[in-house]
Amino acid sequence: MDIAPYLLLATLEGLVQASVLMLTALGLSLVFGVMRVVNVAHGEFYMLGAVGAWLCATLIPGHPAISFAVALIVAPLIVGLLAALADRAILQRINYNPEATIVSTIGISYIIQQLTLMTFGPDARAVDPPFYYNIRFPWFGYSSYKFFIIGVAVALVATLWLLMKHSKMGLLMRATQYDRETALNFGIPVGRVYSAVFAFGAMMAAVAGVLVVPNSQAHYLMGHDPLLMSFIVVIVGGLGSIPGTIAAAVLIGLSDGLLSVFFSPTLAKIASTLLVALVLVFKPQGLFGKAGRI
Amino acid sequence: MSVMTVEGFDAFYGRSQALRGFSVELRGGEVLCLLGRNGAGKTTALKAIMGTIRRTAGRIVLDGRDLSALPAYEIPRAGIAHVPQGRRLFAELTVAENLEIGLSTRKSSRRALDYALGLFPVLTERMHQRSGTLSGGEQTMLTMARAMCIEPAVILLDEPTEGLMPSAIAGIREAVIRLRDNGVAVLLVEQRVDAVLPVADRVAFMDHGEIKARFTIDEVRNDLSLLHRYVGVGA
Repeated sequence: MDIAPYLLLATLEGLVQASVLMLTALGLSLVFGVMRVVNVAHGEFYMLGAVGAWLCATLIPGHPAISFAVALIVAPLIVGLLAALADRAILQRINYNPEATIVSTIGISYIIQQLTLMTFGPDARAVDPPFYYNIRFPWFGYSSYKFFIIGVAVALVATLWLLMKHSKMGLLMRATQYDRETALNFGIPVGRVYSAVFAFGAMMAAVAGVLVVPNSQAHYLMGHDPLLMSFIVVIVGGLGSIPGTIAAAVLIGLSDGLLSVFFSPTLAKIASTLLVALVLVFKPQGLFGKAGRI
Repeated sequence: MSVMTVEGFDAFYGRSQALRGFSVELRGGEVLCLLGRNGAGKTTALKAIMGTIRRTAGRIVLDGRDLSALPAYEIPRAGIAHVPQGRRLFAELTVAENLEIGLSTRKSSRRALDYALGLFPVLTERMHQRSGTLSGGEQTMLTMARAMCIEPAVILLDEPTEGLMPSAIAGIREAVIRLRDNGVAVLLVEQRVDAVLPVADRVAFMDHGEIKARFTIDEVRNDLSLLHRYVGVGA
């Protein structure tokens, strides 16, 4: 058996998975890094992005690329607004108490899930990809849309990196992350920074949801897996560390792709969970860099 | 004429009252030193002024503007800077980034940065170094410089000489004198009486969250037994 085509296919699938995972996990990592909030509702923001993409595809007539482009912009904006409202209405009022935020975000998660179920029903909804062009390799053809997912993810992560390292907003976010009280002493409106970070984290998950829906389907329970995988990535990469999250997403995405193609998807999940257990035992601060550092 | 007036601050940690009717008045270009034993409420008083701990009573006025109802992040924007105990730098950020945060508080001009770096020229050579890797003395200089970048009318200094070598203490003392000479009102909390006497204009003694007595620095110099009475330091 010639292994090369299988290896290439597994690598490509792994990279697509890593790209989506990278976006989702970075949103979670950013929220934890700056706000110290474990956002259990993160998967629902991902789901809302996917449902938003389906809604756009249903409501906007014409070529699928048009509704997809609208969804890619509008769905994350609406999800971000929703997240900012949740921050103001709930998280700020409980003063970001670590235990209380976990319970509250579980509540937010259930509310979003049930409202989606009541509004759109229990069926899984398919969305057409914005384009159908196949790229020919010597052994098989591969969807160009999947390369598009990788491209968008890389562009967004690069933008986030530049924003955090070189923009005024990024500087204020990092200062707030390191010392909330001193940030207040320098006129940084910590409450507003927190709302912005929570919204931005949710928007990243929503973008991932929009990107993934032409490959899978929009469904009110689809947020569970990405939430679990994001936690795995964030723990392996190091809580709050952007480079660590990126590296862990690529590592886990690729290993998931390779193990799924050569063995079974179940074994891939077992391997990821085992990796988390090993990291928690031998390097609790994560594989990459210092904990809490962006 | 007074630049900052604080009247009747009360504050609590849980059920324990940390401040009782704390009041001070500061004029431009003077150094008022708060002295007291550990736990007297000095640091709490500065935090209450900055609004980072909740006050249950009291009023604060800066340059005729009532700041009492403002959120904490508006207090530095109004012109009050705080150099906290233990430096509290953004240790993962570079020296330049720490100073940029100071400058952005009130959108200060480049002149403020030049002034601060003029006082602490060693920081110029460290601009791209992570601030957590500076020596203790340099870190204190950076916290002072960062606060000066706000171009404050009032600066609150919480034990700025703590843990420093004598040469570094002299530099900090010189900076306080320069601030005072430039018309900035300084509220200085210190444990070290020898660091206070050369720079203070007035002294207030705190105990159990309230000010027990106030003296001019000449009164203290002429009767050093006051130090023994209020802070347990031998004359």
